[in-house]
Amino acid sequence: MVVTTEPGSRTVYNTVPIPPEVYRPMSMSDDEYRKVVEVLGRHPTFTELGMYAVMWSEHCGYKYSRPVLRLFKKYREAIDGTGLENAGIIDIGDGLGIAMKMESHNHPSAVEPFQGAATGVGGILRDIFTMGARPIACLDSLRFGKLDIARNRYLFEHVIGGIAFYGNCVGVPTVGGEVYFEDCYTGNCLVNVMAVGLMRHEDVAYARASGPGNSVMLVGSRTGRDGIHGATFASVELTEESESRKSNVQVGDPFTEKCLIEATLEALKTGLIVGIQDMGAAGITCSTCETAAKAGTGMRIDVRKVPLRETGMTPYEIMLSESQERMLAIVRKGHEDEVAAVFKKWGLNAVVIGEVTNDGLVSVYDGDDLVAQVPAKSLAEEAPTYELETEEPEYLARVRDYDLSSIPEPSDYNEVLIKLLGAPTVASKEWVYQQYDHMVQTNTVILPGSDAAVLRIRGTKKAIALVTDCNGRYCYLDPYVGAQIAVAEAARNLACTGARPMGVTDCLNFGNPEKPEVFWQFKRAVEGMADACEFFEAPVVSGNVSFYNETPEMAVYPTPVVGMLGLIDDVDKRCTSGFKDEGDVIVLVSGWRANEASHQTYSDKPRRSEHREESPCDIESLGGSEYLNTIHGLAVGRPPILDIDREKRVHQAVLRAIDRRLLKSAHDCSDGGLAVAIAEGCILGNVGASISLLANCAPSAALFSETQSRIVVSLPAAKLGEMMEIIDDLQVEMTVLGKVGGDTLQVSVNDVPVINVKISEIESIWRGAIARKMEGA
Amino acid sequence: MMKFGVIQFPGSNCDQDAYYAVRDVLKQPVEYIWHQETDLSGFDCIILPGGFSYGDYLRTGAIARFSPVMNAVHDFADKGGRVIGICNGFQILCEAQLLPGALIPNVGLRFICKYVNVRAENTGSDFTRLCEPGQVLRIPIAHHGGNYYADPDTLKSLEDNNRVILRYCDDEGNVTESSNPNGSLNNIAGIINDRGNVAGMMPHPERAVEEVLGSTDGVLILKSIVESLRT
Repeated sequence: MVVTTEPGSRTVYNTVPIPPEVYRPMSMSDDEYRKVVEVLGRHPTFTELGMYAVMWSEHCGYKYSRPVLRLFKKYREAIDGTGLENAGIIDIGDGLGIAMKMESHNHPSAVEPFQGAATGVGGILRDIFTMGARPIACLDSLRFGKLDIARNRYLFEHVIGGIAFYGNCVGVPTVGGEVYFEDCYTGNCLVNVMAVGLMRHEDVAYARASGPGNSVMLVGSRTGRDGIHGATFASVELTEESESRKSNVQVGDPFTEKCLIEATLEALKTGLIVGIQDMGAAGITCSTCETAAKAGTGMRIDVRKVPLRETGMTPYEIMLSESQERMLAIVRKGHEDEVAAVFKKWGLNAVVIGEVTNDGLVSVYDGDDLVAQVPAKSLAEEAPTYELETEEPEYLARVRDYDLSSIPEPSDYNEVLIKLLGAPTVASKEWVYQQYDHMVQTNTVILPGSDAAVLRIRGTKKAIALVTDCNGRYCYLDPYVGAQIAVAEAARNLACTGARPMGVTDCLNFGNPEKPEVFWQFKRAVEGMADACEFFEAPVVSGNVSFYNETPEMAVYPTPVVGMLGLIDDVDKRCTSGFKDEGDVIVLVSGWRANEASHQTYSDKPRRSEHREESPCDIESLGGSEYLNTIHGLAVGRPPILDIDREKRVHQAVLRAIDRRLLKSAHDCSDGGLAVAIAEGCILGNVGASISLLANCAPSAALFSETQSRIVVSLPAAKLGEMMEIIDDLQVEMTVLGKVGGDTLQVSVNDVPVINVKISEIESIWRGAIARKMEGA
Repeated sequence: MMKFGVIQFPGSNCDQDAYYAVRDVLKQPVEYIWHQETDLSGFDCIILPGGFSYGDYLRTGAIARFSPVMNAVHDFADKGGRVIGICNGFQILCEAQLLPGALIPNVGLRFICKYVNVRAENTGSDFTRLCEPGQVLRIPIAHHGGNYYADPDTLKSLEDNNRVILRYCDDEGNVTESSNPNGSLNNIAGIINDRGNVAGMMPHPERAVEEVLGSTDGVLILKSIVESLRT
């Protein structure tokens, strides 16, 4: 490679090979080092080595996941076409678009939960407003080990605290998400943060360094030593030494971020910024090479012009720092002062650190010395990719073949229900979301705690619904089906609010991909998610992969989290999950035919399916259930059957019924099954219910199986006829289960009373479960 | 028409919500006021909105009180102009000694965001005059430091002079310990100054101004100000 230098400058060549003991700890392999030498035509300088190590890490370069991610249609189109933008934009009409993205901050949070989680929020928000969108919501999909272990309580408390600290201060409501507690997340908590932004389509900003001669400006915070090699840290397993890597974790300043949001959106309005990119992983290295690579340009920068927060920082440290709250802006030549004035108004730095060139190279100067000069595209787009081996894990046969009929039927179903409602995974998450400001911006019209959060879109009749979903246990038992269910359940949650799916962002959390069993899980999960998203016409527009979520003791369940956006055309037609009025009829809308014995089945037309025909109400349907997990301590069986065609028709039926204003409530059956769904409807509505189930299976399966494609709705009896028309038209099933009323929940199975609990009693158990665990009770 | 001004400190984040509430619900003229502004002439009411001015890094409201605009707010209040501080705005007004007492971290030391009930007291005040005596309002709170504290003499003076305008209560309007979300003395959620033209409150009336948001009780407070300016 030809090294081009400014007249009068010195070039710091490196002619000596860098020894493996230097590059290997940066997670660079011998082969990758050889490839760097090949690209450069010489040995890299130390700064260059650091830049390649971080850009070619799995975290930035997706070297293992990229070949599999091509299964996502939009990703494939983007890679083959115009390139990936920071977050996908979904058209919601009225000239408006929604930008959304989800990202993991698992490793930093496992080591330093407060700052790890806080900077996760900050990073994903920058991904959104760098596109010209105003952030309007955050969601958090979180997983921890069981709260009986003090370390897990510590991680949980401080992750929530960090999210609250950052999200509340920046003034973006945290409106939803999920929290699971499973042993496999002990020591490997998962912290996935999703951010959503609203924009006018014409305001979209691009991460491109167009126009040679234009100025490269660094705006926002000063650069310090925090977070150096954060991305490479995220690309290895956690070990005992991870604790000593706290300096790899960045520190967040939400006040600066808030100012940066306002200043960036204001500066973009000037029309003087031709390109802009946030700085997250790999800091200045990533933002310079990516923006240049996208525009087919190069860039010359001087690290001495970067405002620093510490003295004595080397070019290597400046290039790799992951200091937060910084952006790289490409500004039209001659207009630097106007742009800087906007940032100064908000008390932020804005300095020119270089200019766009036409040589395709990122040239890094340290004053007069050229310390790095590498082809932008080689860093940004030419990370080596690997086709990793896959192998079906051995555990699968063991867990799937478990004989569920050997599990004893409970003697007291009240006790089972109460235990399930008190299980932190099932229980109310108000301990969590009351620590988040979920109302700021005054758009949240369905608050956290329902099936999905709903935000009105000011100035229109519309609203959007947002949800995250993934049942890791299902994915552990069958990653393909589990990932499909994550998509189906997200869409079902949206349907319960009256929203139809518009798009998906994902966060794929797995163990070490270099283990063939883990990579098999990854591949199967992506296949399942891609298939289901295509079916629900909810394209994956953005996402993130997080590997190496394992400790020497264990790996996490494969956890492909789905973040889904839905659209409601008329905000006044939104629906919530709590029962409303005494006397209303409670109905199960299901994709599955109820038991033939049921005289209360309103539709008896046979349904065609290539899969199992009848309602899967047998003991096998308890596979993967929260009931088996909480009551029997088992993660066995097969996840519930999913027939996505039936599933979709159920959503359509409920959407149509909500649109016609037939329904008073809708709530999906998921963790804990039908009994828990009905109990939650009672608690949220502060009213009782009497339910009569007919089943040709054990009561435990009738009550607690997590059979898919089912939604519990309530409606006035007078509307049943109209409801039936919809049911018939969409060829789904509906069963009248009982009535809303009283102050107890009473359930009988085949006319035998099995559950009779006071609503006030189950309410206090459900609402207080997490708080009691946190107090050590 | 009454002209409202919403102050924007760096870190304010409920400024837009207050702006929309005045513009779209009260249908009164409203403008943003940058924290470096020194002239408040032409305004009838100044709103100090919620948020985290200057990150609340030293202590809530402690830095914002030194913003140039705060001198103007002092003068504005001295001349009898209506000033309302909501949440962080209340904290700033206390730090600026436009209101007595202080807001210390919540009992429990956690941020709390939820709907609460507050009872309207002194329904003759400029900020509650449209409420029925003892009326229970459902309005959200969202704060980490809303625990109202004042020394015994100040507290007595507040109570004796009817300067408590909102108090946390249960559904029926009973002022109880369990309905106090943050440990505030005497369940105090909002107060006024001696003259009655400056108010601070932790609940967010601007979040409860439309049916679609779940409550319209906040309108009573904002409309009371308009009403007081008319008379």
